[in-house]
Amino acid sequence: MSFQVDEQGYYGNFGGAFIPEMLYPNVEELRSRYLDIIADPVFQAEYDALLKDFVGRPTPLFKAERLSAKYNAKIYLKREDLCHTGAHKVNNTVGQILVAKRLGKNKIVAETGAGQHGVATATVCALMGMECIVYMGAIDIERQAPNVARMRMLGAQVVAAKSGSQTLKDATNEAMRHWINHPVDTHYIIGSVVGPHPYPDMVARFQSIISAEIRTQLQEKEGRDYPDYVIACVGGGSNAAGAFYHFLDEPRTALIAAEAAGKGVNSGHSAATTFLGKSGVLHGSKSLLMQTEDGQVIEPYSISAGLDYPGIGPMHAHLFESGRGKFYGITDEEALVAAVECSQLEGIIPALETAHALAVFEKLQAKPNEIVVVNLSGRGDKDLATYQNRLKLND
Amino acid sequence: MTKMNRISALFAEATEPILNVYTTAGYPHFEDTMTVLTALQEGGVDIIEIGMPYSDPVADGETIQQSNQASLDQGMSVAHLLTQLKDLRQTITVPVLLMGYINPVLQYGVEAFCAKCAAIGIDGLILPDLPMAEYEREYKAIFEAHGLFNIFLITPQTTDERIRHIDSVSKGFIYMVSSASTTGAKTGISADQEVYFSRIASMNLKNPRLIGFGISDHESFVKASKNASGAIIGSAFVKLIGQATNLKAEIVDFVQSIKGKI
Ligand SMILES: Cc1ncc(COP(=O)(O)O)c(C=O)c1O
Repeated sequence: MSFQVDEQGYYGNFGGAFIPEMLYPNVEELRSRYLDIIADPVFQAEYDALLKDFVGRPTPLFKAERLSAKYNAKIYLKREDLCHTGAHKVNNTVGQILVAKRLGKNKIVAETGAGQHGVATATVCALMGMECIVYMGAIDIERQAPNVARMRMLGAQVVAAKSGSQTLKDATNEAMRHWINHPVDTHYIIGSVVGPHPYPDMVARFQSIISAEIRTQLQEKEGRDYPDYVIACVGGGSNAAGAFYHFLDEPRTALIAAEAAGKGVNSGHSAATTFLGKSGVLHGSKSLLMQTEDGQVIEPYSISAGLDYPGIGPMHAHLFESGRGKFYGITDEEALVAAVECSQLEGIIPALETAHALAVFEKLQAKPNEIVVVNLSGRGDKDLATYQNRLKLND
Repeated sequence: MTKMNRISALFAEATEPILNVYTTAGYPHFEDTMTVLTALQEGGVDIIEIGMPYSDPVADGETIQQSNQASLDQGMSVAHLLTQLKDLRQTITVPVLLMGYINPVLQYGVEAFCAKCAAIGIDGLILPDLPMAEYEREYKAIFEAHGLFNIFLITPQTTDERIRHIDSVSKGFIYMVSSASTTGAKTGISADQEVYFSRIASMNLKNPRLIGFGISDHESFVKASKNASGAIIGSAFVKLIGQATNLKAEIVDFVQSIKGKI
């Protein structure tokens, strides 16, 4: 079975490009050119140089000794939190801004949930001298205030999405509407492996550097280039796609995804799409989607803005449906406990999104010699207000 | 299914510009759907486009978004709407289109949805996020088996080659989006847009065209109709019914004023 996108833009039953005609010229231009652009050696050289000197890659693969001792396995943390801007998101925005340049675009629009993608987009726009507009849900603007300030400091315009649940889904709607209204000069930098084909594949390719490095680093450290488990959190699924990418066809590696179960999978306040979703179309692709019987999108809930999304990328829907990926629902509480644990055992404060991946150790039951790699997708600075509040750090 | 589709009959016989008005189902109030349709017909509308509300209408601007949400908040669904429309053809004789996003239709079941539409007397569908390629691969046969026309959009950015292809697949009419935008984003018709309208007019397409987006009054209706068979009004109408104190009378007046009859 293939886990790569096919000619029609599908991963198994999921994917495609369900877009209004107004977006067709832009999406079609991207589709017809992205592979050639990415394959161009000049592009590759520019992308690699920026990843190295601007982003700070390769990021370390850190053996987490105290976590390993606690869970009785060999636990490694892939330190995407050490990327410039503090999360994996920048791997994608560096790639896409170079694509945008080659498409002759000089303005960028993006959506953001946690603000990490917004910051990563604002950052590359500053670097390349492009105009940047970021849509962000009104609720997220409040709960991720430090990132809003960072985007503005970088010169981006942050616009509040006030419709619906006022979170990531609505920010994505607004970014798409903006693109419809500005089709000629603007490129839309989607922040995850969602959206119409070719976005899921393009974003996965830009994030695949994560698993490419894991292979090399494991070879050095363990004498083999694959782990027994790769664990990543899934909002739309870009950090997971990057961490899984080079292991998709490696049967010895189990692919583990952590979704946000909010207050509990069946609490009515959750974002655990594979548990609660059915096949449906949102934001330009067919995937698993939390929706009513009537096909209206259900407003999700998670403590973590970056996971507060009612869908997942089509690649992950296919990994789920085919059984290749295993999905866990992690509650807010479990994530908070895991965040404290990682902070106090390893000296690393993770992002709330990442904390969902770290909470999987409890459930995994790995064997002592097994190698577990967790993608530490981002750092927790942006979440300090939530941590202070929920963990009573100021009392 | 021996009768000619009402849309084809209308375009074949029309002597004046055709006015197509969009209204959101269950708006302003859940039970208003049929009242609005009846008033539109009484005012002299030529085609009615009923919006099936959706939680995430990305091609729509604020006015239509809000009407969609207001309707959903009152409990509207595809199933409810089809029930409200079950006696449609006892009063409404003009062609009726259902407009909406693909997901609610997928969840209802494409086959069941089309069968129900045909039974009610719906003439066609406008599903902006159902792309041509998907339509041709999976849905065309089902739509056609039920005599439903699928109406495609073109925009100022659509290439001639693609317009020709859309023309070859289309039945009824082609929906010409007047400018690259969401609904209700702009009003009025600029000189640039008129150039685009006449460029398309000179392509001699086999299907007639209606122009939509940015049409809000008699003047823009007349301008658009110079280079097409007529035009489509959405946001301006939804705004009107959202504020109307005498729904029926104001709708009749609105339609007549657009057509220049008052
Ligand atoms: C640190 C971090 N991890 C994960 C995510 C979730 O996104 P994705 O599933 O695309 O990796 C986000 C999104 O904002 C994030 O900031």
